[in-house]
Amino acid sequence: MKVLIIGATSAIAKAAARNYAEQGCSLHLIARREDQLELLASDLTVRGASKVSHSVLDLNKFKEHEKILDAAFTELGGVDIALICHGSLPDQDKVEKNFKQAQKEINTNGISVISLLTELAPKFIEQQQGTIAVITSVAGDRGRQPNFVYGAAKSLVSTYLQGLRGKLLPYNIHIVDIRPGLVDSPMTAQFPKGPLWSSPERVAEKIVKSIRRGSHTVYAPGYWRIIMFVVGVIPEFVFKRLKF
Amino acid sequence: MEVMGWGRYPKTTAELIQPADSQALQKFVSSQKKSASCIGRGSGRSYGDSALSEQLVSSRFLDNFLELDEQQQTLRCGSGVTLGDILKVCIPRSLFLPVLPGTKAVSVGGAIAADVHGKNHHLDGSFCAHVKQISIVLASGELMSCSEQENVELFRATCGGMGLTGVIVEACLSLASIPSSYINQKSVVARNLKECFEHIEENADSKYSVAWLDCLATGKNLGRSVLYLGDHAAAKNRKTDTMYRERSGLGVPFSTPSFLLNKTTMSVFNSSYFALQKRKKSSATLSCDDYFFPLDGIANWNRLYGSNGFLQYQFVMPSESAFEGITSVLEKASENGKGSFLTVLKKFGEANENLLSFPESGYTLTLDFKNEAALFALLEELDRIVLAHDGRLYLAKDARMSEEVFKASYPNWERFMAIKKKYDPDNCFTSLQSNRLGLTP
Repeated sequence: MKVLIIGATSAIAKAAARNYAEQGCSLHLIARREDQLELLASDLTVRGASKVSHSVLDLNKFKEHEKILDAAFTELGGVDIALICHGSLPDQDKVEKNFKQAQKEINTNGISVISLLTELAPKFIEQQQGTIAVITSVAGDRGRQPNFVYGAAKSLVSTYLQGLRGKLLPYNIHIVDIRPGLVDSPMTAQFPKGPLWSSPERVAEKIVKSIRRGSHTVYAPGYWRIIMFVVGVIPEFVFKRLKF
Repeated sequence: MEVMGWGRYPKTTAELIQPADSQALQKFVSSQKKSASCIGRGSGRSYGDSALSEQLVSSRFLDNFLELDEQQQTLRCGSGVTLGDILKVCIPRSLFLPVLPGTKAVSVGGAIAADVHGKNHHLDGSFCAHVKQISIVLASGELMSCSEQENVELFRATCGGMGLTGVIVEACLSLASIPSSYINQKSVVARNLKECFEHIEENADSKYSVAWLDCLATGKNLGRSVLYLGDHAAAKNRKTDTMYRERSGLGVPFSTPSFLLNKTTMSVFNSSYFALQKRKKSSATLSCDDYFFPLDGIANWNRLYGSNGFLQYQFVMPSESAFEGITSVLEKASENGKGSFLTVLKKFGEANENLLSFPESGYTLTLDFKNEAALFALLEELDRIVLAHDGRLYLAKDARMSEEVFKASYPNWERFMAIKKKYDPDNCFTSLQSNRLGLTP
């Protein structure tokens, strides 16, 4: 299998990449830091990947997206699975008071993904097969006080994916929306951890499984579907008073 | 957050730092205040307080493989890679780790820091005998390489040095080639300790050798045991020869009430296990996981000892005094009604040159004890027996040994201190254990 991973050095992406490497897949990795990419590439080679290539890009440079994806498709000779993993977790208090920062975060977590999907869609249509999987977040399910800028960007992507899924259905292309809950990774290093937190490895395993099965919207781990259902049915007059 | 070792005793609160890569780690160490102290932590599989400090520097994200050279049979990897990860990569290529401890959850960094040993110590030495090179972040924040050829004194102090010289970030290991990942096991029953020693000596050419003892048997049955011998099975030229099947077994979801473990249940367990093994077939072919890591099949087995945890007591005594010494230890333990599920006896080969490494030529015995107030007095008595027989305790298991016992039994501690002073003059790296043993103030 040929797997393209965007935002490949994030903890969840790394764990998913290792899973594919152990299956003997060819991988192409895209991320911002070259030293990290090289480290991951050698790791995946030892773990059994049949081929690993990479390219370096800050994904907020939208203009470069077309070129970098062209290169990835050429390198791999077509893509069976494209997994979009990049993101950043902003400090809510700071970004809600500073539009410039809010815009940057929405670009990283939302607009850049739309740009990538716009470029990926025709390439997949041409192949007439493949899966595009995107990591969004449970934060996108409902705007909560502690992280609604991040949540808004993620729900932008989730809504877009719902529409795109139907558009690409006739071409044998499948779209997976993965919504992880609280994940213990370097991105969340500053938070105290509790029983609801899960490891990047566990989330990655769920990602690989749901791509194989052709699931649509996936909560990782699965109990987040129940939690977010409960969060979803709280009446607004109560919800607006909740600070969690 | 609350942290503890695998024995779940002692517990302390500490700040957990998880550097994303070795540069982040270097930055963290070099920005440390003089008064602050930290210690490296891998998988948290040392039993006592050797990986406990104010700040714990986790190798969790230093878990990349760097290079596997199949011709030279060497592997370079980050210190957070676990031995289980390595087996997963190596076995399909007919390669194997030359030394495996009782759990594959151990990280490479932890295996080096504790210089762990396996069931083949009598032939192949300890883990660090197969370590070709180590990269370590020193107290200054500098990344330094050491091996038997370069910065030798740092290498000798770091192998088995319990993380006190710095944080290990990378290592290069030698691998061994194997015909298949299966182990032909032969079990030999011994009616008492003397027979057990004889069986061990007679079978010294077996690659792997370890004995389980019924520690509550007394009188003429004292030391009745089952010796497990193992050798790699020959290849059958089948696909399964080099397939690595991982077991996913049961787990222990919470601490079981510790009153369930008392003298009666222990002695029922020990006698029935012995009776069962006596009847069993004496040879069998086992998978790698079943042979090397039987306890890994029960996730969180340490919770079986209750919420107060347990203490593992492992000592080594030179061959001349071992029989007499082990007899007195077993007598003392059963006299006090303190039993252990897993009492394990093994023969060690020659000691290496590492300053704080545990193994030395002789015999090592391991006992598990439930943590209870009355235990500590007994362990102090056992310490006296161990010292009287020129033995010493394993630092990776220790949670309570006194400074006097340590300094009397590890003759190289002063040389170790001198090297630590050179590389870590302000004692940046300290653990609760190193403070207790007088290695750090």
